[in-house]
Amino acid sequence: MSDINSFEGTGDAGFNDYFSLLKPRVMSLVVFTAMVGLLVAPVGVHPLVALASILFIALGGGASGALNMWWDADIDAVMKRTQSRPIPGGRIAPGEALGFGLALSGISVMMLGLAANWFSAAFLAFTIFFYVVIYSMWLKRTTPQNIVIGGAAGAFPPMIGWAVATGGVSVESVLMFALIFMWTPPHFWALALFMKSDYSAAKVPMLTVTHGRKSTRKHILVYTLLLAPVAIGAGFTSIGGPIYVAVAVVLNAMFIWGAWRIVRREEAEAEADGYKVEKKVFAFSLMYLFLHFGAFLAEAALKPWGLGGW
Amino acid sequence: MFREHELHKRRFGRNMGLGIVLAVFVALVFGLTVVKVTEIGEKDGFQGVTGTAVLPGEATR
Repeated sequence: MSDINSFEGTGDAGFNDYFSLLKPRVMSLVVFTAMVGLLVAPVGVHPLVALASILFIALGGGASGALNMWWDADIDAVMKRTQSRPIPGGRIAPGEALGFGLALSGISVMMLGLAANWFSAAFLAFTIFFYVVIYSMWLKRTTPQNIVIGGAAGAFPPMIGWAVATGGVSVESVLMFALIFMWTPPHFWALALFMKSDYSAAKVPMLTVTHGRKSTRKHILVYTLLLAPVAIGAGFTSIGGPIYVAVAVVLNAMFIWGAWRIVRREEAEAEADGYKVEKKVFAFSLMYLFLHFGAFLAEAALKPWGLGGW
Repeated sequence: MFREHELHKRRFGRNMGLGIVLAVFVALVFGLTVVKVTEIGEKDGFQGVTGTAVLPGEATR
């Protein structure tokens, strides 16, 4: 954070401003993947305990979002996409966001420990630490690989959901983690390709800024190629099944095709059509993740009727 | 006549939101407590007081 005194809150923040500090869009991904991790686990959980656990995992994710916004307020003020966030917008003071984030972190970890188990609570605490300290404070401003390693923070929620049910880690939960972990770089780099000016202005070493767009396009293809075996491989474990494998094969073929189209494009061509392909691949990548986890859920939901799984 | 202060008007939404969040939190903790107590009861073969199904000396009687 460059200058903590450059942002002063007016004290007029509404409920929505505090809610937006929790990054609700990211939170929805956390809720969905954690829920799938919990529901596909082989151990049953009481519905209220499951609901409470998902809520506390989401709250922990939101808390890390608030701490990230506190730390990155100077970057947010420069980027068009984030200029109206509560801190650069002057509606919430940085210190207030820090206190809010720390308090919610403590509440979410303690409550998850009490509601589910202390292993999942420790995992949540580690995830918050990883996102705030390892990603936001350390990697984001120092390396173009920020997205790759930092993406782990967003990949932990299904493992936490699984840990809520089982109290541990297994090959299935690691594969769900690996799926999101490998998906994050091509997803964000596709976004960075049509948001370059923003990241440059904020001096964030995105791959597009440090290595150029051609190299970023190649990186997207390499990661989608590495992602495919992970995504399809997960289908041959206890959480997969024929439906999941079919969905994964189709989606990965489409993702690789999209990445291939991105690689083949020249910058002038992309600029001329307003980054049409890049935007399309970015939108598809969201659907890609949603459908993979939806397929895991479908396999688990069909099991009682003898249809899901192998 | 009583006139509502402008500050109260502005903060109404925020206070109401916080009130609802706290109410939901209390309800959730109450629900969790009921579930946990019931689960402990089921595990211990609940017979009035948890963990005292058989007191020392009573088994031989």
